[in-house]
Amino acid sequence: MEIKVLGPGCANCQKLEKLTGEAMKELGMQDPLIKVSDMKEILGLGVMSLPALVIDGKVKFSGRVPSKDEIKKYLE
Amino acid sequence: MWQAFVDWLVYGLLGLSAKSHPAAALNFFIYDTVKIFFLLAVIIFAVAIIRSFFPPEKTKQILSQFPETVGNVLAALLGIVTPFCSCSAVPLFIGFIEAGVPLGVTFSFLVSSPMVNEVALIMLWGLFGWQVALMYITSGVIIAIIGGMVIGRLKLEKYVEDYVYQIQMGSTEIPSPTWPERLNYAKGYVLEILHKVWPYVLVGIALGGLMHGYAPADLLTHIAGRSNPFAVPIAVLIGVPLYSNAAGVIPIVKVLMDKGMAIGTALSFMMAVTALSLPEGIILRKVLKPRLLGIFFGIVAIGIMLTGYLFNWIL
Repeated sequence: MEIKVLGPGCANCQKLEKLTGEAMKELGMQDPLIKVSDMKEILGLGVMSLPALVIDGKVKFSGRVPSKDEIKKYLE
Repeated sequence: MWQAFVDWLVYGLLGLSAKSHPAAALNFFIYDTVKIFFLLAVIIFAVAIIRSFFPPEKTKQILSQFPETVGNVLAALLGIVTPFCSCSAVPLFIGFIEAGVPLGVTFSFLVSSPMVNEVALIMLWGLFGWQVALMYITSGVIIAIIGGMVIGRLKLEKYVEDYVYQIQMGSTEIPSPTWPERLNYAKGYVLEILHKVWPYVLVGIALGGLMHGYAPADLLTHIAGRSNPFAVPIAVLIGVPLYSNAAGVIPIVKVLMDKGMAIGTALSFMMAVTALSLPEGIILRKVLKPRLLGIFFGIVAIGIMLTGYLFNWIL
């Protein structure tokens, strides 16, 4: 699985990174967590509000930080 | 009813004299803080639910279909309901431009979105009443419409950073959140805002309470009253560096008004706090060349000052 957290490093982006990292650990996933802050790549994925989570090229949500349980649902 | 309960608590249960300054200040503090926190929690929750239906991707699509002028009006109105955080300002700006939204219309959005901000509105409504809150929204939306129209007429497209025009926006279908996800988002948003503003609200209201009881009522009439023509620009200059403290600034503005600051000057000050912020300027510098950034700040500052003079003059 290719897991990307999009965000330029704001407080909410860091929160999403942390929660996603924790969710992956709890699910026993070894895949790397890729952080994307390049605007060209972010907009290329069709995202305008940050932070966002992208799994295997599909945007799961943008502009919010959901609960860890919701993140797990996307990872499974 | 809430006032009666606070009166009972302070004057009855604690047995403080209703005539003493400390008791009046305490009464004022308890009454205002609980009211403000209650309003913040309830209204931010509702606002977050409404906002979950207006993601920027949708706003962009709507705005790209209308010509200028109609677009400026729509952008200023959509700015109220579209969620905006400073970390999204850059992708939002690029996304709008890429979709063919005119530059002036994009600016109408960029002015209205942070200025007509729900925390500021709730505080204004809670502390000053709905008339002042309405004055604030209406003036904010009008400044956003006219400011954006002026920027559109000035043909400043060449002062947008060149790379912006090279970015190609992908078209991904972003799934709409389900109702449990919306509710969860709203709950998280309320907690996030409360966590961010509570110290400012408490300190602001406490300071307000102290000054309410102790400073003479005409203290500021001379320097910040309507007779001083420099009060409005000075208020704007002081307001610019105070970003993110809107929640703490408004209770203090209330005291300043009690002590003689004119209403237009107070509105200018609050608008400068929310609409013109140095951090936002630094973020927007990534997409705007210095000249356009300067023109943007200048036009909004002039709009805010004119609003201040107008209300000082008519009220």
